[in-house]
Amino acid sequence: MTSPLQQKIKITGPSIVTANRTWDGAVIYRTAAQGWSTDLSDSAVVRSADEARALLAESVADDVGAVGPYIAPVEIKESGKIRPGNLREHIRLQGVTIDLPVPA
Amino acid sequence: MYTYDELDRTLINERVEEFRDQVKRRLSGELTEDEFKMLRLQNGVYLQLHAYMFRVAIPYGTLSSAQLRRLAHVARRYDRGYGHFTTRQNIQFNWIKLAELPDALSDLAEVGIHAMQTSGNNTRNVTSDQWAGVAPGEIEDPRIWSELLRQYTTLHPEFSFLPRKFKFAITASAHDRAAIKVHDIGLRLHKNAAGETGFEVLVGGGLGRTPFIGKTIKPFVHGHDLLSYVEAILRVYNQYGRRDNIYKARIKILVHELGIEKFAAEVEDEWQQMRGTALTVDDAVIEDIRSRFTYPAYEKLPHLPEELKKAAHDPHFERWRKNSTFTHKVQGYAIVTLSLKPVGGPPGDATAEQMDAVADLADKYSFGEIRVGHEQNLALPHVARRDLPALWKALDAIGLATPNVNLVSDIIACPGLDYCSLANARSIPIAQELTRRFANHDTAELIGRLHINISGCINACGHHHVGHIGILGVEKNGEEFYQITIGGRADEDAEVGTLIGPAVPYGDVADVIEDIVEAYLALRERPDELFVDAVKRLGVEPFRERVYATR
Repeated sequence: MTSPLQQKIKITGPSIVTANRTWDGAVIYRTAAQGWSTDLSDSAVVRSADEARALLAESVADDVGAVGPYIAPVEIKESGKIRPGNLREHIRLQGVTIDLPVPA
Repeated sequence: MYTYDELDRTLINERVEEFRDQVKRRLSGELTEDEFKMLRLQNGVYLQLHAYMFRVAIPYGTLSSAQLRRLAHVARRYDRGYGHFTTRQNIQFNWIKLAELPDALSDLAEVGIHAMQTSGNNTRNVTSDQWAGVAPGEIEDPRIWSELLRQYTTLHPEFSFLPRKFKFAITASAHDRAAIKVHDIGLRLHKNAAGETGFEVLVGGGLGRTPFIGKTIKPFVHGHDLLSYVEAILRVYNQYGRRDNIYKARIKILVHELGIEKFAAEVEDEWQQMRGTALTVDDAVIEDIRSRFTYPAYEKLPHLPEELKKAAHDPHFERWRKNSTFTHKVQGYAIVTLSLKPVGGPPGDATAEQMDAVADLADKYSFGEIRVGHEQNLALPHVARRDLPALWKALDAIGLATPNVNLVSDIIACPGLDYCSLANARSIPIAQELTRRFANHDTAELIGRLHINISGCINACGHHHVGHIGILGVEKNGEEFYQITIGGRADEDAEVGTLIGPAVPYGDVADVIEDIVEAYLALRERPDELFVDAVKRLGVEPFRERVYATR
């Protein structure tokens, strides 16, 4: 299997690195402090392929804390707020778009 | 019900402890994710969008009430209070924590349930007819042979690292409820001219990005030779199946590329070398398995008991009875399907409370037994007809008496982009909207049998290719679009549906399906011409015209 670091990295706008937390699978985002957060607003935002590659590399190195890190697009609102860049990431952030059979 | 022997119980318990150690080593960093991934997959653990997903096997779709209660317990204690029944007689839990998985597995093992080989490139859960053992006219109970295959393939070293996953399905009835023609190996029990029981063996069926209907490789294989013949197929696949390209690794591609004649010749060569050796199944083995299935002590009951006559005055009950109960092989009894497709609900989901309640009802009315069908519904296989009114009331109270079995709102759907990391588009909200559009039971009955199947990506877990109407989610420029096929079917006349035209956006899907159904109602020759038969007679063109004329 090709390592994420061997894949060609192409980004078209602001991006972040996201993964799932190893012990419980929760959605997490790579922070500028080389850690992970469940809050998207804590994400380190990168804007070039080189920056993305470096952020991904340090994320992949934390194999104990996170599973399957990858680069995902985001939008930066005028207020500076970070929003997911596609539907998949919206759903990962906000949860399923349906009512769960048993309310949380 | 099948009762595990000491060997099985030991195997399951040892597997739990093995996985507990693997999880511990993963969480400590001793195992990398690359090293751990295959181990977790072989125990049914995926990583989805929001969390780990845990897939538990329900071999040949048979559950005891104690097992169902334990599934409810897992849903409640380790998940979010519900589970999702799949198209391959499994149940999935969507919010499991890796750290708690060994405890969940241990709890399941106490009642003989496991998750072995519910994922990974090995032989998967062997599926069968959910009416096995109770269907009128059945050759014999196919679960006996399913169980033989389960024992034979479980942890079989030669089949644990196949080029790709491998799925068996078995039926013993003329009407195929197990979708055997879309499995890697499909087995149909029947009798030959000499009256001997054996199998028609089909190979190379499957859905996914390259759908194929299985082809008959051998019209009759005696039961004694089943294992040697199956092993011959798997050996040829193991030798020639492509490991260089995941999209071409399934046996269906090999069968297609070699051609069924050449593939069959390879299998025959292999088989002749091993036939009559240690893999011959002797009668004692089958009898031992048969003896571990317990069958109810049925009473002698009338076909039309007083309770049923009285309840016939209630139109709601009658609607449900006509829709959701089916002829049993024993007079006075019925097979009852429990629809997991309520209006506006996610197809195939059941809450822990519903599972507990069904377990109680199974104890009271069905000799403690529950079945799971690939259509994502449950069944109680042994209900006395005199008990139907009381059962209906109890099911209605827990939301499991929707009289829509085999009708337009009995939709098969994968979890889609709401849960699945492979999906391109959502499936569940589409299904929910369709159930609302077709919520009127009179309309649904007027339409008649119509299977809508929805997949959120080309991997086709929702079996869209073989839906009478198939809906496939795709992604175009960041938006959800859906391709519509019609004319597919998964039964003994299985066919892959035909695409009717360009994909339509998310917001148009329900309107398009309504257009197709309206076209069918206008075009059918008579009220009992099924949708799928009308499509066969007319082709897709009239439906295409109706859908795209104004779009």
